[in-house]
Amino acid sequence: MDLIKVAEQAFDQEKNFPAFKAGDTVTVGYRIKEGNKERIQEFRGDVIKIVGHLNKKRFTVRKMSGNVGVERIFPMDSPFVETITVNKRGKVRRAKLYYLRERTGKKARIKERRY
Amino acid sequence: MGLRVNLIEMPGLIGKKIGMTSVFSADGKNLPCTVIETGPCVVTQIKTLEKDGYEAVQFGFLEKSEKHTNKAEAGHFKAAGVAPQRHLVEFKGAEREFKLGEVITVDNMFEENIYVDVVGTSKGKGFQGVVKRHGFGGSERTHGQQSQLRSAGSLGASSWPSRVMKGKKMAGRTGGERVTIQNLLVLKVIPEQNLLVVKGSVPGAKGSTVIIYK
Repeated sequence: MDLIKVAEQAFDQEKNFPAFKAGDTVTVGYRIKEGNKERIQEFRGDVIKIVGHLNKKRFTVRKMSGNVGVERIFPMDSPFVETITVNKRGKVRRAKLYYLRERTGKKARIKERRY
Repeated sequence: MGLRVNLIEMPGLIGKKIGMTSVFSADGKNLPCTVIETGPCVVTQIKTLEKDGYEAVQFGFLEKSEKHTNKAEAGHFKAAGVAPQRHLVEFKGAEREFKLGEVITVDNMFEENIYVDVVGTSKGKGFQGVVKRHGFGGSERTHGQQSQLRSAGSLGASSWPSRVMKGKKMAGRTGGERVTIQNLLVLKVIPEQNLLVVKGSVPGAKGSTVIIYK
């Protein structure tokens, strides 16, 4: 038995976030500190990659702010990440959507996955 | 007794370095931490003021076969009534009484949010120059430098004393020596698997023996 995994699981925060994949649109609610006040800010965008495993899992969310692309990396286990809501399931053909960085406007759309 | 045993002035245990990982603290910091398999240790000898001149308790860690135990050691373990142990360390300043043959686990000795010191043998690095070995600055990269980028510079004065002073820092064998890291915060004690998770790094390679004490 891998004892490092045992130790990592002992620190498991048991966060029950919904499962999502690259290409999905998510809203991440994360706590930010302003002076000594804390509030939850939301960041909505497309998940362009998910890396890592267990407590080191992290994902990158990309959104267009005006005509500037903004990317944020969120560690899944960070206590600052409060909520993750999946808004849309995207239909994509790869796990890392770096190609979105070179595209803007209509070209940067992701097809929605329908069941 | 022909045994060479480490003597530690504080109560503690013997362990094996498992490796490093990182965890998030409550305030959102990603803390580097080391996982140490600590104990269970068995009491192999109790030293008393009357008999040995000082008070200490000797712990053994990791059983070994009879085949790898010499006669002197075998007698020592027989007197304590325990199986032969691979590592022996004496600890002073016991907080309570110990019995011979008693098994001490990690949760008997350590709790969360205390500070511990860890002793280990650092990784051997072979023959290294003064920049790596002693942290010398080396010399300028430009302005006509040739092959003295990582050199030690001057070794001392000239016709007096006409020799290099003793203890001059020079290149040589690096690492593989006993190193103590002080004040590591205990993040977690996992008694089921005998694990101790401390914040920060611990000397030595994975699988090397370390001594943890309060």
